[in-house]
Amino acid sequence: MIHHELIVVGGGLAGLRAAVEARNAGIDVAILSQVWPGRSHSGAAQGGVNAALANHPESADDTWEKHAFDTVKGSDYLADQDAVAQMTKDAIPVIYQLDQWGCPFSRFDNGTIAQRPFGGAGYPRTCYGADKTGHYMLHTMVERAVKAEVPMYVEWFVTRLMVDEGVCRGVVAYDMIKGGFEAFTADAVIMATGGAGRTYSNSTNAIISTGYGMAMAYHAGVPLKDLEFVQFHPTGLLTTNILMTEGARGEGGYLLNGEGERFMQRYAPKAMELAPRDITSRSIQTEINEGRGIDGKGFVYLDLRHLGAEKILEKLPGIRDLAIHFEGVDPIEEPIPIVPSQHYSMGGIDTDMDGATDLAGFYAAGECACVSVHGGNRLGGNSLLETVVFGRRAGAAAAQHIRNSGPSPDMTVLAGRTVAAVEAQVGGLAARGAAGEDPYAVRAEMTTTMKDHFGVFRDAATMHAGLDKMLALKERVGNVGLRHTGGVLNLDMIRTVELEGMVDVALGIAAGALARTESRGSHSRTDYPDRDDTHWLKHTLAHYHPEGPRLGSKPVTLGMFEPQERKY
Amino acid sequence: MPEARFRIKRWDPESDEAGAERYDEFTVPYDTSLTVLEGLFYVQERLDGSLSFRYCCRAAVCGSCAMYIDGRYRLACQTNVRHLTGDVITVEPLPHMPLVKDLACDMTDFFAKYEYIKPYLMRNSAPPEKEIPQSPKDRHKLDEPIDCILCGCCYSSCPSVWGEENYLGPHALLKAYRFEIDSRDQARRERLPRFDNERGAYRCHTITNCVEACPKELNPTEAIQWLKGAAVRRRILGRLK
Repeated sequence: MIHHELIVVGGGLAGLRAAVEARNAGIDVAILSQVWPGRSHSGAAQGGVNAALANHPESADDTWEKHAFDTVKGSDYLADQDAVAQMTKDAIPVIYQLDQWGCPFSRFDNGTIAQRPFGGAGYPRTCYGADKTGHYMLHTMVERAVKAEVPMYVEWFVTRLMVDEGVCRGVVAYDMIKGGFEAFTADAVIMATGGAGRTYSNSTNAIISTGYGMAMAYHAGVPLKDLEFVQFHPTGLLTTNILMTEGARGEGGYLLNGEGERFMQRYAPKAMELAPRDITSRSIQTEINEGRGIDGKGFVYLDLRHLGAEKILEKLPGIRDLAIHFEGVDPIEEPIPIVPSQHYSMGGIDTDMDGATDLAGFYAAGECACVSVHGGNRLGGNSLLETVVFGRRAGAAAAQHIRNSGPSPDMTVLAGRTVAAVEAQVGGLAARGAAGEDPYAVRAEMTTTMKDHFGVFRDAATMHAGLDKMLALKERVGNVGLRHTGGVLNLDMIRTVELEGMVDVALGIAAGALARTESRGSHSRTDYPDRDDTHWLKHTLAHYHPEGPRLGSKPVTLGMFEPQERKY
Repeated sequence: MPEARFRIKRWDPESDEAGAERYDEFTVPYDTSLTVLEGLFYVQERLDGSLSFRYCCRAAVCGSCAMYIDGRYRLACQTNVRHLTGDVITVEPLPHMPLVKDLACDMTDFFAKYEYIKPYLMRNSAPPEKEIPQSPKDRHKLDEPIDCILCGCCYSSCPSVWGEENYLGPHALLKAYRFEIDSRDQARRERLPRFDNERGAYRCHTITNCVEACPKELNPTEAIQWLKGAAVRRRILGRLK
């Protein structure tokens, strides 16, 4: 049994930022991460991070209020406006602080942080470091955690929360290097484990973005919010779904259909390629569905050739490398074949602006959380922002909670009991062994079901069929067996344990999507094509139940901006 | 459907004697494209659940899956089977590193050395109200070193690391360079003693294996020579930077 005052699960941007904040407040905090923190999925973010710094010549009169308006409009009015205001206000000092911590943002000639246009934004306010902004921010944040001497338990896979009488008291984790399970007791836990992209077969996300952190909270009784809002990024590479940043269009890239037409003129005549992601992905999918993909096939082109070699090498070098290595296409010479791809979970663990949840002592931040600042559709450049703004706030709030709490109770019995429960769970999987269901077959069927039945366009019949498949998979996942029982770096065990959580989160997405009889943001139903503010201007809450999610709702916080029709 | 034959180096600390590594062969079918990482997942899921390796982004940005593939340092996710010649694909862990299991090495010393170099921006003046101004020219000096993904290829390939366990290695020194040349850094002499010694920059004998090994095409050797020059200038000329 190991004790820290605060345990942060996940070493991406949100987790690191939370840990640094708590550490600087004098809290004994440790990070547990499945990978060395610098390998986290935050590092795959490319295009940038939004803040109304007004550095760009065309954004001299930009303000946090305008950033807030763009975010709320982009969310299709489902975001909580007090949280959005907090984020867009905090954005400015948080980005300056990142710079002062060494983040290598690109620069304008006058030495200020460079900004570029991004989808759904009224001003060029996306601060960037070439097309590797996430990588630069993540490494900067690891460096700050090293400087602050935050202890890091690297390659520890957290499997379960420890909860006693309605209070979160820590976690149980698998020591991937030495083998075995260990209890980590704490006075507070912050979940910062990222999104659930890998519940889909066509995701841009890292392989470890399984949504398992959401599932641990869900299983512990914390509701998940707005899961049905799944962002499809307009430009994933055709073969691998690897991300091609929105910054490629921010720098002037075109989307072309099989007829060589810039088809966005028919969908968003003003914003063109820089319409928000939900609208752009629907436009691409419509072109494909109506036979205007390239050679009538299921993809369109992202064309950068007119930008010229110099601009591509200066502003988009990472995109070029990825296109060459993973698609065999040099964007200087050829257009890039792209397809809308699952990219981001707008939904997640239901939190307030401080990352606090219904479970005392339990906080969440980053993509695994749903504050909600993204509502029905997240704007590009707001996810990196969310991690640092709400990571910081969660770290501060957890620190305050710890200071206000009395001395920790004796958790020895709880720790022993929870470790025994995890060992029994894994023992059960091992006992079924190869005679049990094949977890990888279940995983493959789940991810294709989510792609085929809960994609860019949705309707009742398709989703009903999908939900039936998911319920059948939920049955089967209860019978999966382990093929390998070794102690060291047992991928079979990790991937089988996380599968059950993935199926539960996917079921939550499916149930929420079927229940919401309207179209809003990324949730686009052909049978209910309009937004229905009368009935659905509210958040969905999914509560875990062994037989499937129990759905409830929660009001949206308005205040600054009245809902209006979205046009771009 | 074409098939790829994988020959994978195996070792399990729970069942194998030290030094008793072996090679297992597997056949993996594929259609149009297959990366080595995808091949490893196929083996782990369908042929041998005991196979261990590291993975995360599968897009060459996280540095998890650095391996020795067909005798070259590569990222498994970035290596397409189509581009490999030969009848069989040999996959081994990074050489000259202690093993955890199968294709995963022990990276403890690697990261301890990274932390030792004080890998963070140091300031000794009050923070400005906004960003610290930096010209595009000064920012461009960072382009190469900030691309490092700390995958470990350079460290594994360096004969000076093989011969001296206390040598910091190309990755840590490249990181020191990254901050020493940053116009915003005010470390002055604080980082200097960490690399201005026999386990630091001077242990590099410009063998340039690291340059060849780096999957991001960076040049740690050149960066280390800059550190040597900077250290000497500071000692002889008394310069702060």
